[in-house]
Amino acid sequence: MVSAERCRRFRRRILEMTQTVPALHIGGAFSCLEMVDALYHDLMQRQPDGSFRDTFIMSKGHGCVAQYVVLDALGILPKGELERYCTAEGRLGMHPDYGVPGISASTGSLGHGLGLALGMALADAGATVYVVLSDGELQEGSTWEAILMASSLRASNLVAMVDNNDFQSVGRTSVTHPSFYPLADKLVAFGWETVEVNGHDSAGIVSAVRSRRGDKPFVLIGKTVKGKGVSFMEDVNIWHYRSPDRREFAQAMAELQ
Amino acid sequence: MRNAFAETLYPIAKADPRIYVVAADISPAGPMAKFAADSPDRFINVGVAEQVMIGICGGLALKGMRPFAYTIATFALYRPFEFVRDDLCYQNLPVTVVGMGSGVVYSQLGGTHNAQEDIAIASAVPNMQILAPCDPLETAEMTRWCAAENNGPLYLRLGKSGEPVLTEKAPEPFVFGRIRTLRRGKDICILSYGVVMKTAFEVADALERQGASVAVVNVHTLKPMDEDGIARVLRDYPKVAVIEEHSPRGGLAARVREMAWETKAPATLRTFTLKDEFIHCYGSHDDLLAAHGLSPAAILNGLR
Repeated sequence: MVSAERCRRFRRRILEMTQTVPALHIGGAFSCLEMVDALYHDLMQRQPDGSFRDTFIMSKGHGCVAQYVVLDALGILPKGELERYCTAEGRLGMHPDYGVPGISASTGSLGHGLGLALGMALADAGATVYVVLSDGELQEGSTWEAILMASSLRASNLVAMVDNNDFQSVGRTSVTHPSFYPLADKLVAFGWETVEVNGHDSAGIVSAVRSRRGDKPFVLIGKTVKGKGVSFMEDVNIWHYRSPDRREFAQAMAELQ
Repeated sequence: MRNAFAETLYPIAKADPRIYVVAADISPAGPMAKFAADSPDRFINVGVAEQVMIGICGGLALKGMRPFAYTIATFALYRPFEFVRDDLCYQNLPVTVVGMGSGVVYSQLGGTHNAQEDIAIASAVPNMQILAPCDPLETAEMTRWCAAENNGPLYLRLGKSGEPVLTEKAPEPFVFGRIRTLRRGKDICILSYGVVMKTAFEVADALERQGASVAVVNVHTLKPMDEDGIARVLRDYPKVAVIEEHSPRGGLAARVREMAWETKAPATLRTFTLKDEFIHCYGSHDDLLAAHGLSPAAILNGLR
């Protein structure tokens, strides 16, 4: 299956989840979906037994439904677990928990994933450690501590992807934090190999990561659209957390066929 | 204590590739400098960046390593507190957070460098364990335990350097999670831990000169606390004193007071702690302890 069709299917699956438990972050899950899908389907190396050799941390933990639907499709999550999302019987909450199959670190509080990923990269030089970050996380001092330290330690097996949808809970990042940009220049200045790509172009994401020089930590800034794939959700920030009603659900599902 | 920690950890770390030291701009003294030179991949100085110090330790532990985060207590625990909580305790990872200069040991550096409420803060977090050695020998034993036995997040509360040896003749060995009798006696039992144990010994000496038989019991494991052992002390001694270099809130004294009520203990209980205040006294450690009411004379007066 090609990535575009897979990602449409994942978006439909996420929308279906909203109709039973209206407690998930659709907008930020849709904006990072192509990156998460590319990690699992194209980028992360596997071991001979089929399990992943590389590691992925969803540092923007609130986007974890994007990871859950991929783990479900790959059969890594136990069958039926996704149906028990945010219920007393299930193991999946609104943020990823270490110990759940396929989840390599607990996140949810922003600004933790990159430091953890750096520690993992230092401990396991034979693996690549991937981490998906949000715009909001790049306002956390801890993220910049990790950015400075990763390049200082030449952690070349660390690959970060920024889901640069230019939104956060309260509004447009470019409005609330005009100095956030230019972002790539900051990361280059901090010693990272940096590329900017369309974060919904699966082939472009894969090719940019595969063609990195690999002598420094690498960051892919994915220019993304919050709520990507559903016309009335795109760049409309109420969909950071809102779930669609039945009429909206039907329209969104139709658009994603 | 600093040297005992480094001297003990060095040979263990040389032999066990899972041991990492992640330090935050604290100069590696003695054997720690040797470890940094021998194993630069496993001695990581993050500089003045304590959040990533804890984050790296969490990531290392998630990959099976046994890291030590190492800096001054206030910067090891308070500055990156939410990282200690989420990265280490929430994920229940075997990381030892080493806090140098705990309590008010760094008296001349002032309140920003004094960890006088660290036990309360660390105790409140699920999965966290707390050890506080009272002398260099106990520091060595605890360091060995942290490197070899420990399987979860742990706060190791150290002093600095030059602490006297107090446990050489202790009638009981160090056992994690068990109170340890350092001196036997029958009229009064002093419960204490950490650097201020030397004051407990001075107080015990003075009381014995007055004719009392004084036991000194070390509550070196603050979490999980040996509540059965403390209940026995409260039952077996007519008079119990707690001497603690920590806030009156959320430390040993507070817990022993609760337990005295819960167990309907017949003992007379007196507690001596730091005050719930920031005290701007820049003299010696003993001067600052005295300003908090923790001089031997003040304690003896309170025990009359």
